[in-house]
This record gives sequence, structure tokens and C-alpha cells, in this order.
Amino acid sequence: MTDIYIVGFDGTAQSRRAAEFAAGRAKKSGATLHLLMVLEWSPYSFHTPEELAERHGRREQELERANAEIQPFAEELKAKGVEVTTEVHHGNAGDLLCKSATDKSASAIFIGRTGTSSFATRLLGGLAVTLAQVAPVPLTIVP
Amino acid sequence: MFKRFLWALAGLPLMTSAAFAQDGIDKMISDAIKPIVDPIVSTVFYSVPVFGTQFPLIVGWLVIAAVVFTIYFGFIQFRGFKHSIELVRGDYLDPNDAGEVTPFQALATALSGTVGLGNIAGVGVAVYLGGPGATFWMILAGLLGMASKFTECILGVHYRNEYENGTVSGGPMYYLSKGLSEKGQAAFGKFLAIFFSICCIGGALGGGNMFQANQSFAQISSIMPFFEGKGWLFGLIMAALVGVVIIGGIKSIAKVTEKIVPGMAVLYVGAALIIIFMNIGEIPAAVSAIFTGAFAPAAVAGGAIGALIQGFKRAAFSNEAGIGSASIAHSAVQTKHPVTEGYVALLEPFIDTVVICTMTSLVITITGSWNAGDGVTGIALTSKAFSSDIAGFSYILAVAAVLFAFSTMISWSYYGLKAWTYMFGEGQKKEIAFKLIFCVFVVIGASMSLGPVIDFSDAMIFAMAIANIIGLYFLMPKVKALLKDYHAKLASGEIKKMK
Repeated sequence: MTDIYIVGFDGTAQSRRAAEFAAGRAKKSGATLHLLMVLEWSPYSFHTPEELAERHGRREQELERANAEIQPFAEELKAKGVEVTTEVHHGNAGDLLCKSATDKSASAIFIGRTGTSSFATRLLGGLAVTLAQVAPVPLTIVP
Repeated sequence: MFKRFLWALAGLPLMTSAAFAQDGIDKMISDAIKPIVDPIVSTVFYSVPVFGTQFPLIVGWLVIAAVVFTIYFGFIQFRGFKHSIELVRGDYLDPNDAGEVTPFQALATALSGTVGLGNIAGVGVAVYLGGPGATFWMILAGLLGMASKFTECILGVHYRNEYENGTVSGGPMYYLSKGLSEKGQAAFGKFLAIFFSICCIGGALGGGNMFQANQSFAQISSIMPFFEGKGWLFGLIMAALVGVVIIGGIKSIAKVTEKIVPGMAVLYVGAALIIIFMNIGEIPAAVSAIFTGAFAPAAVAGGAIGALIQGFKRAAFSNEAGIGSASIAHSAVQTKHPVTEGYVALLEPFIDTVVICTMTSLVITITGSWNAGDGVTGIALTSKAFSSDIAGFSYILAVAAVLFAFSTMISWSYYGLKAWTYMFGEGQKKEIAFKLIFCVFVVIGASMSLGPVIDFSDAMIFAMAIANIIGLYFLMPKVKALLKDYHAKLASGEIKKMK
């Protein structure tokens, strides 16, 4: 069974760099890259009735936009001779990266140092800090 | 042309507020509309004398419907309570649907529309007029109302319209017209749907807007003397805030309320619990006062019948079960089976009335504030009861009142909008026209003390129930069929627990 590397992808230059770094490693070890794009979403946030009515349509648009971003990039990596799979999911990035790593029995997680997070989350410790504490597999943070 | 109309509308608040700042205008308008409004109000609230007390038939209409649905669905509010909790907890959520509205969010949004001044001011009125015994009947009405909400929300989802762009429109106007036409009553269904829509727009502008602006202004001006006599200024501020959310789509303000409203609700219930625990010794006496008041033939304030009328009336005001409003909110939610929304919705009267209203009335009862004989009623009575044990609570209550009013306005602007688009068609310009009108009424509501207009808006909200409940009676076999289908799918494992 081939190794699987999970890469946290959010469309930023940092996350692309992390993915390229992971692709380099994957090519040497023959591992498969799994690009995971998480659209931040809390099942407990509050909405106005109008937002509820639009939610289903918005979700479809969000998924479409995300796929438009992640697919061409996956093709680029594939062109370099690496196996790539992709996944777009709503939820919390920390939870989903860990869950995906466990579910797929991945051997490593790669993320960029800073993503699209807000100043506050950066200040309080964003995704990198969270994963450093809870990741079920080795974690590589690419600067 | 249309643009000019919009600009004129946008300018209206300024003109109206300037006019209302002068004395006499509100009285003039009151006098002008009184002859039109009074017959409508007295028709909707037509009362018959029952043991010497006036009993409004519309209250009986709501309660009888709730009893019918409770029996017809075999006490679903008790049998299905556990399942409701499981749904809200997310036990049945498919992880692949992440990003869709969750049952928890649907419940939170619907609650933000109903938890409001009814829970604070309405209960004050009920206990003042009906005595502690009103609490018993209020709880009973809340428990029965759960079955009404269950029925109307399932129908709302089942008969909603879904559009190409992924948005949805639903609510009583859709099940009245579509559902009754399935039963071969197309013309009657259409009539009920239009009747409902007109009342819903009236209710949205009145009870869901002017009443809220008016009452929250009353509470604010009592603690901030600066605002005294400047209702128009308070109205303009509120209208601007409502406007940026519903017209500007500025979600950040809704997001701020998102953080504060649940916090306020927790604070309110927390404060009530603290007072109840501080007076734990008084609880047996309070409970006994509630029960004796509920059944005593010749107790205070009209006796058992007075308590019953007040309890039922305020419960209906507060939780809106049978009115049809919650059905509009729940129809917006993407769900695999309409019945899940019914189960989620039945929790609303429970939280709103059985929990929050009961807290308020317990505090009023154990602090003895209702019986002080000083004529204090409504929100002032609640404020007095809370302040008697927690100094300065009137300030917290004022902030809570404004926030509850704000979230209620946001919800009702949507209900009104859906009724508006049902009658005039979907379209951005038509929607903005309604939203502007809605904002103008915020200013009018805050700046005038128009008794007849307030009465009229209450009448409109209750008139929604006339059309809605007729439709529910026609369509309840449909709900039973949907329920049967849902439970068959649960049993077969087609719908299964994910956790």
C-alpha cells in the first residue's frame, strides 16, 4: 500500500508551496498526495432567515469555486508525475485534516505556515499551532 | 420611475420623523385610522363572556387547534421529544452534507424570531391580570402549541418552492394554495393564501416591527432620559441598523447580534435562576399559588377563567404556534425529509414558553411584585421583579429588550417579505421596496404612541392563524402520511444515525 500525504490547501501561495514541497517528497517515496481544501463552517453559527434560505445555493457556489481552484493545481502537480487526489469539505480545518489523516491512514500532514486566517487567529495560534498539538501523524509546516 | 419611488421611500423616515416630532400628528393619524381599524380589531378579537370574563374566540381557536393536533398525532410532543433532541444535537447529520444549514441553526434562527418581548413584557401582563395561576395555563398552552408548530413546519417544507439558484420560498401561503388545490379546493386555497399573506405583511409591519420598536424604545427611554420624547431618533437608529442588515446585506451586524442574543438569553435565564435559588424557600408557596390560582373558582383577578385566558393569550403571543410564522422560517432549510423540521420546530414553544416564560413568571411570583398593588404591569413589572433582587437589572433588561426586538424585526422582515413576494412575485426591486417600507415603519413605530395601530398589528398576527389553521385541518392527513413515511425510513435504516 502506498503512503498518503495529506496537504492542507487553501489556495494561498503558502499552501501551494507546502503542496509542492510535499510533492517533491512524494515523488521520491512514491506516495500519493491528498489535497484537502477546508471551507470554514461552523454548524452552530447563527443566521438570519434570509441567509438560511440562500444557504443551499451558496454552498453549491462555494464548492464550485473551491473546485475551480483546487483542480487545476492538482493537474499541475500530476504533470510533475505525482499521484494526486483532491477533496473539498466544509468544517473546521484542524478537525478535518486530523480526521482525514486518520481515515486514510496517511503517514504525514503538510501545511503552509500561514493561511487565509484572520489576524486574531494568527495571534492566538492558527491552524499550525492547533495541528502541532493534535495531529495524529507527523506534521510538516512549510514556511 | 421605480428608482425615484425608492428614493422617495428612503426619504420618508426623515420626513415622517420630523413631522412626528411635533405634537398632534400621531393623534391625527390615530383618529383617521380608528374607524377602519376598530372593526377589524373587534372582529379578530371578538370575545364572548365566559363566567363573567371576556374570552377572545381567537385564543380558543388556537388552543382547540393545538389540542386537536396533539390528539391526532398521538401526543407527538412527548413521544417525539427525545428524537427532536437527537436531531438538534446532529446525530442524524450526514458528514457529506457539511455546509448545509443544521437543525441546530434552524432552531436558533426560529427562536430568535419568537423569543422576545413576549417573554418579558407579555408574561408581566399575564401575571398582573391573571395572577400566578396564569403560569399554569401558559405552560399548558406551550406544551399543546408544540403540536401546532410540528404540523405547520412539516407542511411548510413539503410544499415550498425551490428555485434554480438554490433558494427556497415556503410557508403557509404555499401549502394553503398548493395543498388545498390537491384536495380539489384550489380557489378556496388561493383565497386563504392571499388572506394569510395580507395579514402576514400587516403583522410583520405591526407586531413584528412597530410593536417591537415601540416597546424597546419605552424601556430605553426609561433608563436613558436623553431619549425621552425622541422616539424618532431612536427609530432612525434602529431603522438604519435594520436597513443595513436586510437591505445592505451587511452580515456583520447580524453577526454581532449572533454573539449577543444567545448570551442575553442565557443571562436572562441565569438571572432568573439566581433569583429563584436566592428565594428557594419561597418556591413551594409560589408553586402552590400557581396551582390554586389556576383552579380556584373565585381567586384574585377573575379567578381560574381569568388566569386561563391570560395564560393562553400570552403563550400564543409569545411562541406564535399556529400563527404560521415559524413555518416560513423552517421552509428555508435544506433537509432530506420534511418531518425532521417538524421535530426540530416542536422544541420552540417548549423553550420559549415552557422554559423562558415560566422563569419570568416564577420570578414575578416569588418576589411578590405582581401583588404590590401599585399598578405596575408589562415590561415594567418584570423589570421591577428582577431589580428587587439584582440591583441594576433594569439596565441589562433594557439592552436585552432592544436586542430581542432587533432580532425579532429581522425575522419578521423575512416573513413579511415572503408574503410580499408571494403576492407580487419574486424580484430584487420588489424585495427592496418592501424592505424600505419595513424600515420606514420602524421609525413610525418608535416615534408614535398609536394605540390603534398596535391593536391592529396584534389583530393582523392573530388573523394569520385563522387562515393557517383552516389549512392545517385540511392538510393534517398529509402530515400523518409524511410522518408514516419518515418512520418507515427510520425503521428500514434509510435514514440512520451518523453518530
